[in-house]
Amino acid sequence: MSSETIALSTVGPDARPIGERLHDWVVTVDHKKLGILYILYALFFFVVGGVEALIMRIQLIVPHNHFVSPEVFNRMMTMHGTTMIFFMVMPVLFGFGTYLIPLMIGARDMAFPRLNAFSFWMTAFGGLLLYFSFIGGNGLYGAGTAPEVGWWAYAPLSSRAFSVGHSTDFWTLAVLATGVGSVGTGVNFIATILCMRCPGMTLGKMPLLAWLNLVVGGMVIFGISPLTAAQIMLCIDRYLGGHFFDTQAGGSAVLWMHFFWIFGHPEVYILVVPAFAFVSEIVPVFSRKPIFGYPIMVAATIAIGFISFSVWAHHMYTVGMSSYGNTFFVFTTMAIAVPTGIKIFNWLGTMWGGKIQLRVPMLFCIGFLFQFLIAGLTGIMLGATPFNWQLSGSYFVVAHFHYVIVGGIVFALFGAFYYWYPKMSGRMYNETLGKWHFWLFIIGFHLTFDFMHIPGILGMPRRIYTYEPGRGWETWNSIVTIGAFFQAAGILVFVVNLLWSLRKGEPAGNDPWDAWTLEWSTSSPPPDYDFAATPVVRSRRPLWDLKHPEDPDWKYE
Amino acid sequence: MFLAGGLLAASLCFGAPTDPSQSTNIFKPLSTPAHSIFHLSMLVLAITGAIFAVVFSLLAYSVAKFRKRADDDGREPAQVYGSNQIELAWTVIPILIVLVLFLATARVIRSIQDAPQPPGAIEVTAIGHQFWWEFRYPALGVVTANELHVPVSNPANSTPTFLTLLSADTDHSFWVPRLAGKTDLIPNHPNHTWIDPQETGLYLGQCAQYCGTQHAKMLLRVYVDSPEQFKQWVEEQKKPAVGNDAVAEGRHIFETTACVNCHAVAGTVANGRFGPDLTHLMSRDTIASGVASNNRENLRAWIQSPDSIKPGSLMPAMQLTDHDLDALAAYLVTLR
Repeated sequence: MSSETIALSTVGPDARPIGERLHDWVVTVDHKKLGILYILYALFFFVVGGVEALIMRIQLIVPHNHFVSPEVFNRMMTMHGTTMIFFMVMPVLFGFGTYLIPLMIGARDMAFPRLNAFSFWMTAFGGLLLYFSFIGGNGLYGAGTAPEVGWWAYAPLSSRAFSVGHSTDFWTLAVLATGVGSVGTGVNFIATILCMRCPGMTLGKMPLLAWLNLVVGGMVIFGISPLTAAQIMLCIDRYLGGHFFDTQAGGSAVLWMHFFWIFGHPEVYILVVPAFAFVSEIVPVFSRKPIFGYPIMVAATIAIGFISFSVWAHHMYTVGMSSYGNTFFVFTTMAIAVPTGIKIFNWLGTMWGGKIQLRVPMLFCIGFLFQFLIAGLTGIMLGATPFNWQLSGSYFVVAHFHYVIVGGIVFALFGAFYYWYPKMSGRMYNETLGKWHFWLFIIGFHLTFDFMHIPGILGMPRRIYTYEPGRGWETWNSIVTIGAFFQAAGILVFVVNLLWSLRKGEPAGNDPWDAWTLEWSTSSPPPDYDFAATPVVRSRRPLWDLKHPEDPDWKYE
Repeated sequence: MFLAGGLLAASLCFGAPTDPSQSTNIFKPLSTPAHSIFHLSMLVLAITGAIFAVVFSLLAYSVAKFRKRADDDGREPAQVYGSNQIELAWTVIPILIVLVLFLATARVIRSIQDAPQPPGAIEVTAIGHQFWWEFRYPALGVVTANELHVPVSNPANSTPTFLTLLSADTDHSFWVPRLAGKTDLIPNHPNHTWIDPQETGLYLGQCAQYCGTQHAKMLLRVYVDSPEQFKQWVEEQKKPAVGNDAVAEGRHIFETTACVNCHAVAGTVANGRFGPDLTHLMSRDTIASGVASNNRENLRAWIQSPDSIKPGSLMPAMQLTDHDLDALAAYLVTLR
């Protein structure tokens, strides 16, 4: 890599009229613009889904509350789940992947830029379709209604007999459209990572973020396809008189569960592996050490990728599988804890003996490690079938998977936001506001989700719009609701920080973190062509080699 | 330990309802399946608690010990790339732990799920409906709703209750936390579960699988009776409805309106099966699946406007005049 790379790639402010600049964003096939579109789109739905969560929490703050009707609560619950999984966490992770992968492997764009744009717009279309149900669910003459089938849309609740009107169809088509977009992204990730790496970057020298997204790409293709197939079958049931899931005509409710969860469990890893990827990039830089056990980290990720396709029925322990079936899924579920544990140990190994800088991205990663540890352990509890017979379908499960998704994935995601914000915007975020965000959010998180485990143990089922007093659930629910507002305050600070820093932040320079991967060798924000000259690398940390010619990595790898 | 201990302490102490019979705490088991689960849970909590203590200490120590100091010399720390011995250690130890957990779990699965049905067992068919429970005792000829009666079972004279779980519409789940873990009721997919409560009394639960608008108010009550009480209850339930001329008007209204399309009263023309059997309505403590106490005022309110008690329930508002409503309520309260 030559020093010219850095000198050549500065861009001036865009002086064209706003209409032209917006037009650029709509027709763009540039991975950076599409990445940012994904991220902004996801942030919008993050706020929408968050408001839905707050509505539910206000309703549950006291027993027998009348803040919303049962129908509205059930819609909020369905929309919150669907929105957060399909239109917040997945797009935001794909956004970071789309933005970062070419920059980190020294490429100028994704392998298929037009497929990239198609995938984004399919996902965007899915989100609009889902929310159009508020207007069109009962037909335009009606008041409109969102689906109220839960985000799993279990059969036969999703059949025409139990879900009249079109709200469930909007749900089905939204998930189907998004699924097509996701598979496109998966294909694109794999092709880009396998074919577009710069000279010298063998598979063993790729940044872990690229490796982990390669695995995600594979999981997306095999995980989303069954879901898409199931949605098509549901459409056939609802419109063409099919009986796949129509139990009144002899169809199978359990078949839907299998289709849904063979998507649903790999989906958890489709969401969490990119979060692992962020942590694997951020922890080394802020500990000032290379990642501990790189080959083992890759191996553990691949193991997770495969095993994640053999654990789905641990969501179905209460469905009445045979004792042998249940036992098999205990085995696979417990097995996946091993590579996941190895990852946690390797991150600790990376921090061990380092010089840890407690900047905002690192704070969020430490929060991730703490919370993901607990989420993994409650996952083991849920994996033990008999314990699951008590805990599944209760608030304990809700607490567990929010620990994974919020405590794990969203924390890692905020780490990624602060870490790459300077690269994407060219300006530093405000450190003080960042710390306010961190502390408000982590306090709110623990108030909400620590205490949410307890009503589950006390027998409170999930998805209920109100509950009976006198069972010891009241106090816990009030605390949980208060915590939700702390989280909302944290998010507000975060959004303010993003907007404020865009105009007022300190200029970031190319490499504000003294980091080691290729994206920090180009300007912030990077030029359209990413790199003026194609970089050549000799190790996993090309910028370390450049900064420490006396002690380069390639001597040891 | 502290996670496990914290959760346990919190749920056992602070979570205690004022009235112990209202408790649905999974850690206060009173039946064999719930007991086996409780013991396994304690093992799992102890192991996961120990893992938490170790890993959390490592994390806290790393952050505290290796954070960058104010007087840092600005040099990079030693660049360590990994260690195969350490990797091997933290692969093998988790595998061993996982193996222990797997074997312990497999044992309990079999002991609960494959338990043989003893000859003295009571057989009940539970049918989930949108938003209530139907209970049939095929061997005893009893049909009732929402309030399950079973005999107490003691180790010397074991009389467990074996339930066959069916659904008339969507998925539901049978969950009485102090008696057993939950099992789903799925259309076209009969399931089984069993309980053997060891103390008499009332045990609460509710539907634990989202089943539609009023999933929240599909409550479940299990009355564990002494053997004598249970026998007496069965005798009462087997009788047809008592005729009473004083309420003939109310009975006429019942039998000539839409009531009979959904409800049955044994010994009369009413034989609907869409809603709960009302033959011995007044033997039950609650109406609307545990939502309101069973008395004349609530019955009247329920018939007039079900939405005022349980919005979204499938019982229609009957649109009766006040006079007819009074007569109907007067008839219903004679169904003992």
